[in-house]
Amino acid sequence: MSDIPALVAERPELQALWHRHSFVELDARARAHAILDKGTGHEYCDPFDRIESPWLEPQGLVPQADDGLVVVKGQLAGEPCVVIGIEGAFQGGSIGEVSGAKAACALQLAARDARAGQPISAVLVLETGGVRLQEGTLGLNAVAEILSALLELRGLRPVIGVATGPLGSYGGMSIVAGLCTRMVLTHEGRLGFNGAQVIESEAGVAEFDSSDRALIWSVNGGAQRYATGLADALVLDDAPAVRQAVITAVAVGVPERHRSEELDVLAARLGSGDGAQARFSLAGLGLPPAPSPGSARQRGAGS
Amino acid sequence: MQTLNLEYPATGSAARRAHVGVVGSGDLEILFEPGTDATASVRVRTTVDGFDVVWRRVLDAFFAHHPVAGRYELNDFGATPGIVSLRLLQVLETSKPAHKERIGQ
Repeated sequence: MSDIPALVAERPELQALWHRHSFVELDARARAHAILDKGTGHEYCDPFDRIESPWLEPQGLVPQADDGLVVVKGQLAGEPCVVIGIEGAFQGGSIGEVSGAKAACALQLAARDARAGQPISAVLVLETGGVRLQEGTLGLNAVAEILSALLELRGLRPVIGVATGPLGSYGGMSIVAGLCTRMVLTHEGRLGFNGAQVIESEAGVAEFDSSDRALIWSVNGGAQRYATGLADALVLDDAPAVRQAVITAVAVGVPERHRSEELDVLAARLGSGDGAQARFSLAGLGLPPAPSPGSARQRGAGS
Repeated sequence: MQTLNLEYPATGSAARRAHVGVVGSGDLEILFEPGTDATASVRVRTTVDGFDVVWRRVLDAFFAHHPVAGRYELNDFGATPGIVSLRLLQVLETSKPAHKERIGQ
């Protein structure tokens, strides 16, 4: 293993992994600009507008100037698009009154534009543990507003969810993920409702061992979610690959039936057990199979 | 949490505002806006109480070397002095004219 470039040279399947530009390691703002066409992004309610949460300081917590959520409008493959990105490093990517209002307003305005004949798609970059506990019902209400705005927009234009990790998408924001037109995940990404520690503390370690990372990823991980049809694309942690997967997902357009309306399909899949065992193997290395950048694995429309 | 307000005489100027960092564990966010009144005014909000002396030493050292006028807002989530100094240097770097501003592109 001392000569990694030589190893990569003789293993073509590792080339994409070696040459990637990590998306996971970017902050929310950089992710939004990485998804949009280069140089087209314009941020709304940026940090210098100082629209921060008024509820944190009284509880001894330091607020962030953008409340951990960025809204960047620009072009995606030449078409108007708004990216809503959650900053996972601030308060666990939690949704409070302010960050929730920013996301909900962005989706509402996109829906208004789409109704007025100016179609605009939306991308949600989810990196979140869900509702911000310090803001209680205000956070819950914010999630409800996001859901209602998303439901309005998704009938007009695609709303694409992206969960690349390291946190992934949990809690109330995973209901948002469930309503998205299409979901893009990475192997590192996770998608679930109750997080591992919540399950363990509520139901005991025998039910779910939150220290067992293999267990967590075999239940909530990107590969498992893709295999069970809860995600539509599984991509390498590579910014151009994530962007390409989002472009492809938007191009599919508004489906006749959304995943969240296909309860019969989901229920049948649950019964069959198909795909419940996601495959992580890559001959001997224990690495995920690496799709090459720009050629994201995609499910066909309607699957 | 604790809020500190400090002021330093400043002779230098910066070309543009800058935003760096995140209010995440062991890190901090800095908002910087250039000023014209020969003063660097600093507001620190930190989750960790009782480190006034350390903050003062870090900021004294920084502004002794880089007396750039303007308003600095530091939102801290337990950054070490080393991280604070690095983020302040990053502010200087990103407030140079050659640097393309990420916000409001």
